[in-house]
Amino acid sequence: MATVLRSETHPGVESYGEVNRDVLKLLGKPGPKYFALLATAIALVGAGAFAFGTMVVVGIGVIGLNNPVSWGVLITNFVFWVGIAHSGTLISAILYLFRARWRQSIYRAAEAMTVFAVMTAGLFPIVHLGRPWIFYYLLPYWPNQRLLWPNFRGPLLWDVFAVGTYFTVSATFFVVGMIPDIAAARDATTVPWRKKLYTLLSFGWRGSNDEWRHFTRAYLYLAAFATPLVLSVHSVVSWDFAVSIVPGWHTTIFAPYFVAGAIFSGLAMVMTIVIPIRKIFGLEAYFTARHFDAMCKLVLLTGMIVFYAYITEFFMAWYSVETPERAAFWNRAFGQYWWATWIMLTCNGVIPMLFWSKKIRINIAAVFTITLFINIGMWFERFVIIVTSLAREYEPWQWRTYRPTWAEMTITAASFGWFFMWFLIFLRVLPAVSVAELKEVLPAPLRFGRRHKAVSEGTAS
Amino acid sequence: MSGLAGVLGVFDGVDATIEAIEKLRAAGIKRITAYSPAPDHAIEHALHQPISGVRIFTIVGALTGTATGFALPTWTSLDWPLITGGKPVIAMPAWVIIAFELTVLFGALSTVLGMLILAKLPYRKPLVVYDPSFSEDRYGLYVTPPSGRGGEIRELLREAGAIEVREKIGEVPGVPA
Repeated sequence: MATVLRSETHPGVESYGEVNRDVLKLLGKPGPKYFALLATAIALVGAGAFAFGTMVVVGIGVIGLNNPVSWGVLITNFVFWVGIAHSGTLISAILYLFRARWRQSIYRAAEAMTVFAVMTAGLFPIVHLGRPWIFYYLLPYWPNQRLLWPNFRGPLLWDVFAVGTYFTVSATFFVVGMIPDIAAARDATTVPWRKKLYTLLSFGWRGSNDEWRHFTRAYLYLAAFATPLVLSVHSVVSWDFAVSIVPGWHTTIFAPYFVAGAIFSGLAMVMTIVIPIRKIFGLEAYFTARHFDAMCKLVLLTGMIVFYAYITEFFMAWYSVETPERAAFWNRAFGQYWWATWIMLTCNGVIPMLFWSKKIRINIAAVFTITLFINIGMWFERFVIIVTSLAREYEPWQWRTYRPTWAEMTITAASFGWFFMWFLIFLRVLPAVSVAELKEVLPAPLRFGRRHKAVSEGTAS
Repeated sequence: MSGLAGVLGVFDGVDATIEAIEKLRAAGIKRITAYSPAPDHAIEHALHQPISGVRIFTIVGALTGTATGFALPTWTSLDWPLITGGKPVIAMPAWVIIAFELTVLFGALSTVLGMLILAKLPYRKPLVVYDPSFSEDRYGLYVTPPSGRGGEIRELLREAGAIEVREKIGEVPGVPA
């Protein structure tokens, strides 16, 4: 080849072959540190299973929920993890439709995060049920021995459909999008169990023109489905709150407020996860400063929407001249949970403002630190919304201060263990960076160095 | 009848691949399968491919989902009509949410089904006419030659810049290309 053409977004990556080598080396034999991390994650899951088991055997009194705070840390975790999931779909579907040229290297990890975060989130409504063994009463199945159907007019059932659809569609999108890359892994590997696994999961993919033709179309339509879906899911989650009449919940801005918050927290989590991976596996050429710059801008945008929503909530409480609403928000800022509210406002409203500076956006260590604060802030946002509103409802004789017990805290820690357990396994078993899509934004290999008239309009950048 | 079933040319550049496709088509050969490491519009154009039929599956699945999303809550609510919260038994605004989610669910799943059916996946036969480098950085053209034109195609592929030409000996398909 006479000249080496460079991709605009990945200037350090020279050839198709290099992509295969760099990405597929992640699928090697992991070292002891990896297994130590995995063991920690599994141990956390075990601790959570113990706490949940105690709750099942002893009863719901093991957790701190009671009237009026019947939703506490467990539902906080549910909303937190569903929110985390959202940015994966944003990067894999919405940015795909917008033809963002920096998404290719990062979307697979983000998509994996989506699937595992929904798997984590989905546990919580079940864990938090008083009688979790009959969770299937939520599903419309037939024949039904109780001769009853679920109430389709209730937001909790909308949630079952929204989260169920979200998990199914994002998992499908994830698995289908990976087929060509698994084929690449299949062709490269020599380890027998990997060969078998990849042969199975690659569906016998050969990269023929017919396969690509139908694949790319299907991928486009899946992205087109996933885009409104992701916006609907957190809207429906927000209606779990907004459709009730609890002061602090009953507002019309909840849907866009939750969606922006979800994308905000999810993008922060993507960066929290990708930055160490980039460092450990030496993938600096694939996750460049440009990627982090672009994601930080999105964080800044969504963060400002969220902060604006906080201010609107406080303003509307005052402007409505409604006593319970005003009291709820006064209590939020200065009541018994004042610290949670101020953590939320600082981490989500103030700290992300640092991203106005380009110097900070491309400083990876700074970005990592800020994203940790955002993760913490967004967890507290959900805590504030759920707990402060319930602890001070309309009637003062019902007021109560909720404190999570050891069981809830253990299950919360376990949710991180559960999430990272899946993520760690994924990282070493499936291609964590998309091989085929990266090639779409790299210059294609040329034999004669001539660009065909059709090529120049095609895929190479 | 056993004989020359196909010719496979391996290319190390997309430009040479497209040139070969155009030469083959100019020579009147239409049964070409192109292998590439990434989807490539230029190859698609050169092969004059029709638009994928996946969209039929997508729309049918999506509309089935919408219909189900309205029908299921309506039917179940009428099965045991119970007024709760002073709302109508058939509460359309609430149904819209269910219908939306099921539109997406059915639409997405039938899209995938359509892709698998149309692309004939999973492909379960052994990968004979395939080279592992096709998933890395090589391109391949597999041509089913009309009887007696095998040599001509070999020559054509080599001329276009194939770095390797292989032949598949096996059952010859009865229908000429």
